[in-house]
Amino acid sequence: MSHWIDICSVEDLQPDSGVCALVEDKQVAIFYMPKENALYALNNYDPFGKVHVLSRGLLGDIKGEPMVASPLYKQHFSLLTGICIEDASVAVDVYAIRIENKRVEVSLGK
Amino acid sequence: MSKKQTLVVIGNGMVGHNFLETLVASPINDNYDIITFCEEKRPAYDRVHLSEYFSGKTAQDLSMVTEGFFDKNNIKIHLGDKAVAIDKENNQVTSAKGLTISYDKLILATGSYAFVPPVEGHQRENCFVYRTIEDLENMATAAKNAKVGAVVGGGLLGLEAAKALKDLNLKTHVIQFSPRLMSAQLDAGGAQMLADKIEALGISVLVNKNTQKIIDGTERKHKMLFADGSELETDIILFSAGIRPRDEIARISGIEVGSRGGIVIDNQCKTSDPDIYAIGECAVWNGQTFGLVAPGYNMGRTVVADLAGQAASFTGADMSTKLKLNGVDVASIGDAHANSQGALVYTYQNGAEEIYKRLVVSADKKKLLGAVLVGDATGYGTLSQYYLNAIDLPENPDSLILPARSDESVGLGPDALPASAQICSCFDVTKGQICSAVEAGKHTLGALKECTKAATGCGGCSALLKSVLDCELAKSGFEVNTDICEHFAYTRQDLYNLIMVNEIKSFNELIEKHGNGRGCEVCRQAVGSILASYWNDYILKTEHLSLQDTNDTFLANMQKDGTYSVVPRMTGGEVTPDGLIAIGQIAKKYKLYTKVTGGQRVDLFGARVDQLPLIWQELIDAGFESGHAYGKSLRTVKSCVGSTWCRFGIDDSVGLAVELENRYKGLRSPHKIKFAVSGCTRECAEAQSKDIGIIATEGGWNLYVCGNGGMKPRHGDLFATNLDKATLIKYIDRVLTFYSRTADRLQRTSVWMENMEGGLDYLKSVVIDDKLGLCADLETQMQHVVDTYQCEWKTTIADASKLKRFRHFINSDKTDENILFVEERGQIRPANEEERLHMLAVEEA
Repeated sequence: MSHWIDICSVEDLQPDSGVCALVEDKQVAIFYMPKENALYALNNYDPFGKVHVLSRGLLGDIKGEPMVASPLYKQHFSLLTGICIEDASVAVDVYAIRIENKRVEVSLGK
Repeated sequence: MSKKQTLVVIGNGMVGHNFLETLVASPINDNYDIITFCEEKRPAYDRVHLSEYFSGKTAQDLSMVTEGFFDKNNIKIHLGDKAVAIDKENNQVTSAKGLTISYDKLILATGSYAFVPPVEGHQRENCFVYRTIEDLENMATAAKNAKVGAVVGGGLLGLEAAKALKDLNLKTHVIQFSPRLMSAQLDAGGAQMLADKIEALGISVLVNKNTQKIIDGTERKHKMLFADGSELETDIILFSAGIRPRDEIARISGIEVGSRGGIVIDNQCKTSDPDIYAIGECAVWNGQTFGLVAPGYNMGRTVVADLAGQAASFTGADMSTKLKLNGVDVASIGDAHANSQGALVYTYQNGAEEIYKRLVVSADKKKLLGAVLVGDATGYGTLSQYYLNAIDLPENPDSLILPARSDESVGLGPDALPASAQICSCFDVTKGQICSAVEAGKHTLGALKECTKAATGCGGCSALLKSVLDCELAKSGFEVNTDICEHFAYTRQDLYNLIMVNEIKSFNELIEKHGNGRGCEVCRQAVGSILASYWNDYILKTEHLSLQDTNDTFLANMQKDGTYSVVPRMTGGEVTPDGLIAIGQIAKKYKLYTKVTGGQRVDLFGARVDQLPLIWQELIDAGFESGHAYGKSLRTVKSCVGSTWCRFGIDDSVGLAVELENRYKGLRSPHKIKFAVSGCTRECAEAQSKDIGIIATEGGWNLYVCGNGGMKPRHGDLFATNLDKATLIKYIDRVLTFYSRTADRLQRTSVWMENMEGGLDYLKSVVIDDKLGLCADLETQMQHVVDTYQCEWKTTIADASKLKRFRHFINSDKTDENILFVEERGQIRPANEEERLHMLAVEEA
C-alpha cells in the first residue's frame, strides 16, 4: 500500500525543532519531539509567506494540539492536520512518517 | 456666509501657548483667524524647568511648541515683537515694530516680571534676574570668570536659581529677607529641615538678611551690605524676590488693574472691556494673583469655553505644590501655616532621615486644612485628595504622616475618591475621566498617560494614577492576565526570578518544574532570551536550539523570500579600507545585495541557508565578527566622527562608541537595544533617539535613556550629566541589567520606563541612589556577560556538528530551487510573483 521512502537517521533530526527533506520532488518539513517520541511531516511551503520555510518555525502546542509557528508571519499550523489555527480555510499537506530500524521514513501516499 | 473673526493673543509664554493649544483643539477654532505676539525671540518654552538648561537641556528641549504647530494651525506669530498699546474704542492693537492689527477678541497673557528690590547698586554689572533663557545665557557668560554667586530670595524660584548657580560650579549663597526659606509655603520646622538639606548640598543659606547696598568688593566683584552690619562678597547676584504681574499695557490702555497690580478679571476671565480677556500671571481674580501654571491653564480653558458660549467659570485655584528642589522633596498643601480658626497641628520630625511632616486639621479633627512635607513627599497625593475633596479624616489623623505601623494601612484608597476628584492638576484630569479611559480599554499606565495626558506634566500624580488603574481593573472584575502564555502562569519577570533563584539552565527544566505542555513560540523565545541574558551560554547549544526564532537559530535575518541577510559588526560604524574591500569581494562572490543600514554598517542580502557558513568563514578570515543583527540584543552604537576630526567635537565619540559596543556586544535583552554617542551638542549621532544615548559636554558625558525611533518615536530622558567614563559605564551596566530583569517580553526600554511606577525618578533612585541595594549585583551580572562573550559565528564554524543544520535538505545537497532573483539598479532582488511565473515557465520550456 503505502510507499515508504527512506530519509535519514534519527540522529540527524533536531530535538524539538525541524529539518527539511526532499521527498521525490516535494519539500517536506519534519518535526521531532523526543519527549513524546513524536514525529510529524508537513509540506514545507508556507501558504502565507509563499516560500518554503515551515521547517524553520518554532514548535510547541496550543491547548494541547502540537503546532509549528511560521518563521515569517507567525501563523500556527497543526502538526496533526496541517490546518492553520488562525484561519481554518488554509491548510498545508500532512504526510505519514515513521521510524524503522532507527531510520526515518516518509510516505507521500494517497 | 459668515466671515471669520480675528482673535489676538498677546504673549506666547506657557499660559498663552497652552491657550492656543486648547483653542485649536476645540470646535470653535474654525471661527477665528489667530494672531499672537511674542516679545521674546523664541516661542513658548518651559519656564518651570528653566534650571535644567544648566544640567544639559537645550533651548530646543525646553520648547513647548510641537514642530510646525503655528503653520499647521494657521496661526500668525510675531516673534520678537511686543504689543505696546490697545485702542479699545476701535479694537486695535499696536506693536513695538509699528504693526496695527484689528481684533474681535483679545487675550492678554503677558505673564509677570521678576521683582528687583530697589537696593542701591542693583543695576551693577553681573546682577541678573532669573526669568528667560536670555537671562540664563547672560548668567552662564558671567559665570565663566566668576567663583561666587548669590541669590537674593529664598522662595521656590530662588532655590531653583541657586541650583543653577551651583551647576555653573560657583560657590553659592541663598540670601533670604525673612527668617525662613519658602516662607509662603513652609512653616518654621519644615523650612529649617529644608535649609539643613540645602546646606548639605553645599549651598549656604543666610536668613534674616536685608540687603541694603551693593558696592565694589575687595576680593570679588561686589560686596553686599546687610542691615545687621554683616557683608558678603560675590561675583554674580541673582534677584529672585518674587514676581509682579505685567499689566503696563492694560494700565496705559484704560483697562482696570488691581490696587496691587494685575489686570482685573471676572469669573469668565473677562477684563473691564467685554472683548478683552486676561489669563495667567498677569491677571488678578478676587484680589489674588496665581504664580503657578495650572491655574493659568485653567483660565485659558475658561476663556475657550466662554468664547464657545458654554457656561464656565474660573473660581480660584489650589495653590498646593510638590516639587524636587536640588533633589529634596518639598510639598505644601492648603493652609500650611495653620492660620485657620481653631486649627490643630500634628508634626512628625525624623532627624536621622531628615524628614519633616506637618498636618493642619480642623478643630473637630474631621477635615484636612493643610500640610507640609519635606524630605519625603510620598504622601502628597493622598493628602491633597483629602484636602481638595474634603474627605473625612481617619480617627487618628497622625497615622497619615507617621511611618506605617505593621498592621495598619494608611493612605486613601482610590475607591474613596469621588469621580470629580482631580487626579492630575497639570492637565486637569479627574478620576472620572481616568475611569472612563480604563473602561475603554486603556489598561496600562502608558496607555492611560497617552490617552488622558494625566501624569505627563510634573508627574507628581503617577503613583495615584497607577492605584486608580489597579483599583478600577480589580473592580470591573477584569482579571489582568499577565501570564506570558498558556504554558506558564508567570510573567516574564517571574520567569527571570525563577531562573535566577533556582539556577535553572534549560527550557526543559523550567517547563517541567514550573510550566505545562510543550511550550510555544512565545515562551520558548522569552525563556531563550532570559537564559541568554543571565547565563550567556552559546545559543545554539542543543538544549537551547529549539528556543530560538528562525533568525537566532541560523544566526542571520530571514527575509520575505526565505533567504537571509548577513551583518558583520562594525563597532561605532568604523571600518578599514581592507575590511570594506573584503566585504565587497565576499558580496560579489556570493552575489549578495548590499545596503548600508541606519546602524552604520553594511547588510548583505540574499544568502541561502547553505551559504551562510561559507560567507561567515570568509568574513571571519577578514577579521569580522557577528553583528548580532538577528538577536533581541545590542545592535549598534552609532557615532558621529567626534573630536578626532570634527572642528566642533568636544570629545572622542567614536572611541567611546567602539569601547561601548565591544563591552555590550552580544548582550541578549527583552528587545533590541540601540546606542549612540555624539561628540558635542550638535548631536549628529541622534543619541536622543536611542535606548542609551550619550552626548559629550565640556564637563564629561551626558547620559540619556529610554529613547527610540520606530513607529512611536520617543526622545530619551536626560538621566545624568557630566559623567566620567567609569561612572557612565557603571550606570549603563545597571540600567541594562535592571531592564533585562524587569521588562516584559518584547518591551522596548521606553515602554518599560513609562509603565514603571515612579518612572524616570524611580529608575534614577535604583540606578544612581541604589535604593534597592541591587547595584553591585547588577554590575556583577553584566560583568559576567561581558566576560563570557563569544562570537557565535566563530563558535559555530568551529563545530562540524552545528554546521549540519546549515543546508536546505537533510537528505540532499540540492538547494531550494524556488529562490529566484532579478536585477534592479545593478544588484539582485527577490523576483515578484509575476516574474517568478515567467522565469519558471522559461525554465520548463
